[in-house]
Formats: sequence, structure tokens, C-alpha cells
Amino acid sequence: MTDAIVETKGVEVRFPLPAHFLSRKKPVLHALNTVDIAIRPGESFCVVGESGCGKTTLGRTIIGLQRPTAGEIYFKGQRIDTMDEATRKPIRREMQMVFQNPYASLNPRRNVFETLAEPVRHLMSERSGAEVRAQVEDVLEATGCDPSWQRKLPHEFSGGQRQRIAIARALVTNPAFIVADEPISALDVSIQAQILNLLNDLQAERGLTYLFITHDLSVVEHFGTRVAVMYLGRVMELAETETLFSSPKHPYTRLLLDAIPRIEGGSFDTPREPGELPDPVNMPPGCPFAPRCPMVEARCRAERPELRRLANGTHAACHFAE
Amino acid sequence: MAMLEISDLHVAFPKGRTGEVEALRGVSLTLEKGQRLGVVGESGAGKSMLAFAILNLIAEPGRVSEGSIVFHGENLLDLSERDIRRIRGNRISMIFQDPMVTLNPVLTIGTQMVETLKAHRRISTAEARRLCIAKLKEVAIPSAEGRLDAYPHELSGGLRQRVVIAIALLTDPELIIADEPTTALDVTIQAEIMALILKLCRENDVALILITHDLGVVAEVTERIMIMYAGVCVETGPTQQIIRTPRHPYSAGLLKALPQFAGRGARLYQIPGSMPPITALPPGCAYHPRCERATGRCSAQIPPLEHGCACFHPLDQTEAAS
Repeated sequence: MTDAIVETKGVEVRFPLPAHFLSRKKPVLHALNTVDIAIRPGESFCVVGESGCGKTTLGRTIIGLQRPTAGEIYFKGQRIDTMDEATRKPIRREMQMVFQNPYASLNPRRNVFETLAEPVRHLMSERSGAEVRAQVEDVLEATGCDPSWQRKLPHEFSGGQRQRIAIARALVTNPAFIVADEPISALDVSIQAQILNLLNDLQAERGLTYLFITHDLSVVEHFGTRVAVMYLGRVMELAETETLFSSPKHPYTRLLLDAIPRIEGGSFDTPREPGELPDPVNMPPGCPFAPRCPMVEARCRAERPELRRLANGTHAACHFAE
Repeated sequence: MAMLEISDLHVAFPKGRTGEVEALRGVSLTLEKGQRLGVVGESGAGKSMLAFAILNLIAEPGRVSEGSIVFHGENLLDLSERDIRRIRGNRISMIFQDPMVTLNPVLTIGTQMVETLKAHRRISTAEARRLCIAKLKEVAIPSAEGRLDAYPHELSGGLRQRVVIAIALLTDPELIIADEPTTALDVTIQAEIMALILKLCRENDVALILITHDLGVVAEVTERIMIMYAGVCVETGPTQQIIRTPRHPYSAGLLKALPQFAGRGARLYQIPGSMPPITALPPGCAYHPRCERATGRCSAQIPPLEHGCACFHPLDQTEAAS
């Protein structure tokens, strides 16, 4: 095994869809296709892509909210996707998740103390009542929440405060690994910086490892150690953040980078052709990006490029990347 | 005379039995023909309220309580519902955030487009269809002829927003108000749509009011900018000037908080706290509780908008440039 804290090997997730009423064959949606990633301890591994690319499914599958249809998932060298609930319980304490929308992820009828105490009571059941209270108070302080919030309900808080509470809930069991699924997308601009700083501080203090899922490359550039660019359930490029931004190898990565609105202006001056994603149920045989790719050749439509290592250490799934 | 001149616009909503709260507290702006203005602010700052007020679309029980909106010498607030229809959807068009909500799901694209044209022009259906196809081609929709008989769900999100833009352009408006037109779309599609809006505005000399929370998009597309906070304009002026040398502490804070300005892993500048709701505004400048430059005067008096900046202690050139 490698020194990775989390590793996926050939992970696939397929969702069967309801059959058409005239046909017996059930269509299958391939949400993830042979995803191999290895996340190193202490890094902020970013997954970036557009809606439907499978980035959220990947996060949910790693954390155990979704069972992979094929492939293996390891946490600290232990295979976890085949474990039963009871064996997995101590590992769930170490892997937690922060969701996108803090208006939906907190139970509106449960006060902050109850929200934070539940994971401790459930996953660290040996703790006494006093220990639970101490743990909740510690995590509130660490995440910049006021101790007086404990008896309040979610509706009394703003979006930024709710996301702090959601982060506190993820941290209360002292996990090593956090999946953060678009944790700032639902927040206002002036609040986004507060939450990003908090995540950075917590990582420095607690040595956390993040899987950070986002659609926003400017956040990746600031926050990420390494990045996986996903498209239609596949990793198209995997690189160190700086390398990805200075020399992107996959045409899709370049398209994404070109799409970032820049404060200096000028990148929307030339018209762009409408791009269409292929139907994820009836995927074309070749490269999934071929229909939108500016450098497409006949080979791309026939043969699917595998993710391969290039000379500069980047991995890219393109026949022509070098 | 300017094409559009809004002065001292107030929008009020009833609160309790006799009270009122103001969602807009005296907003003024002028827009010349063909000019592109970006209205930036956090949710609740009043930017959509401004758009709705211009089109006389403030829903009961809200009302415009003060001010005037003069379009080509005519105060839109004095017009009857019948007369405003000569202007709304005809000389001033709107593009909303979510194309799936804007388009009627049970009518074909063609029906909706022809309907729009016939509401404003005496025109035969055949002639209307010809015009619609021409507009669909103008927004670069592939195989435009066939799309007239398609339903909205048969198109991708990006194509749907292109259809909405085509509808907005059908009547050759002088002004388009676009309220977060790309927030519901993916980044690459956002770039396509914004490049298209920019091109069409330039080619047809159409003025644009672009409402968004995204400073990058505003920098790319607009010539002037208006930054709103808690129902007032705090700073306005040429887009690039304000982005390079913001004078209001809130504008400066928003810009400094953007991840693209911080080095990788560096701490982001953060504005403390969050924007107050309009029902609980502090006395004086609404921003003063979050402002590091605030003095006693800021909590006593509301700073007027002078030379494009509503602040008693604006940043000077050297501070702003840093």
C-alpha cells in the first residue's frame, strides 16, 4: 500500500434508471467510471468539474453514503467499502462531511447543542455527558462559534453562521478526513472568505485532510494542493495545483480555465460556440469530451483515452496530451 | 438627456400594522444609450428589487414609496399598466436567473417566441416565425429551424438561456435587464452566455443592467459598476477604476476577499460579520458595524453619495491601490 490516507481503485457507480414503457432494458447512468485517486495525508485534494461530472457522487462514495458498484475504497490502508456497519463505525468517526447548503443540512428543530452532541454520542458512545458537553464547547470555540449558540435553533443564524455550525458538526468527533462538498457556494461573497479561512486554519491546527469539491477554479487555485478535473464520471486530469494552472494538459481543463471571469477583463470578448454534454446514459464510445473538443480527431471518437502519466508528473486522459 | 434616469428611488414593504421597512433607500442612477452597468451586491442588498422597480413589477404589498424612473423623458411610475406594457418586454427586456422557470414548460419554443412578438407587433404568424428563426440564429443556436417546435426540457441549460436571450432580443429593445443570468449555469456555459450577451449588446448598441454577485463577471462585461449594500448604493463609477482603486471600504473589502488576489494558501482578507437584514438596520451608515474605518460620525449620520462614494472616510488613492 501507499502512504495515502484515502485511496480509490477502479471505483464505479452506476444508477439504474426506470425502463421506458415499451422496452425491457433498463438504461443505466454511469455516474463514476474507473476512478483511481490517492489522497495524501494533510493535503487539500480538490475535485473540480461541472454539474453531472460525478464530483459529488465521488465524495459520497468515499464517505460511505453511496456504495460503489465496482472497485475498492481504502482508508488508512483498510478496505472500507465492503465493511458492515458495525466494523465501519470507528472509521466513520474519522471521516466526516460538510454539505453545500447549510439551510438544508441542519435539522431545523434541533438546537445547536443537540446537533453537535449527536455524532459524539453515536460514534464515541463511551463518552460521559460531561465529556460530550466539553467536546461540543471545544469544537464551537475552534470554529469561531459563540458558546451561547448552543440553545439556539438553525433559523436564528445567517448562512455563514450555519456553515460554521455544519463544520463544527463535522469536526466534533475529531476526524482526520473531511469531504467538503461545495461548502461556500451557497454563501455570499463576503462570507466565503471567512469560511475558506476557517477551513485553512482548522487544517493547520488539526492536520486535517480535505477532499474539497467545487466548480470554482479560482477557489481551487487558492485552496488546493492537488486537483482532479472530472468530466462525465471520469477523471480527465490530475495534477499539482500550480502545475494545473501554469500548464494545463487536457483540452477540457483549458476550456475550464478560459471560462473563469477575470477581474482584468477581456476573456469574454470572443464569442464561444455552444457546448453540449453528451447524454450520460448513452455515452459515445470514445473520449467523453470529444463532441466539445477543439482538437478532436477520428481516433478520439473511436478509442477512449486512459488516464496516463505525462513527463511533468501530471496525469491526463487525452490521446494528444504530452 | 440620458436614456434612463432613476432618482432617489425608495421601495417600501409594510411591517406590522402601521410600520414600513425600506428595501431600497434612495437609489439613483443614470444610463446612457448602449451603456453597460453592473449592479453588484450580496443577497438582500436590493439589487433585484431595483430591476423589478424599473419594470413596475414590485409585487404587493411592496410599493415604490418615493422617487422617479424616467425612461426617455417619461416617468415609468406614472404610467398605467396598459402603458407600461408598451415598454416592458418591448423597449426594455429582461433575462432572469433560471431559464427553466422563465420558459413555459408546456409550450414549444416557437409558440412562446411568436406570442412575445405578436404582443408587441402587428405581424403575421409566418413573418413572426421567420423573425424568431433569425433571432435563434443570432444567438448561435445550432439547427435553429428545428428548435421552434422543441419544448424547453428538450434543450440543455445553456441552450435554454440562449432561447431566453433570443426572446429578450425579439423586439429590438434599447435596454436589457439581466438578473443573475448565469448563476444557474455551469462555468463553461456561463462564459458562453456572457460572451454572447456582450457581443449582442455591442453589435446592436443595446444598454445593459447586469445584476450579479460576481465581480469577475461584472469586470468582464460592464463599463460602469454600482455596488449596493443594505438597500443603498455605496459606490459607483467606471468598472475598471473601481476595481483598481475602490474608495468605499466595503467595495475594497469585497475585492480583497476574492481568492484570486491572495497567494496560494495565504490567508484571505475577510470582512467580519454579515450584512444586516433590512428589518434591523443599524443607525447611520449600514456598513459601520463591519467597517474598520468607522468613527462616531458613521453611527450617527448616513453618509450621502458624493463623487460616487457614500462614505465619510473613503480610501485615498494609495490605500486603494494596495
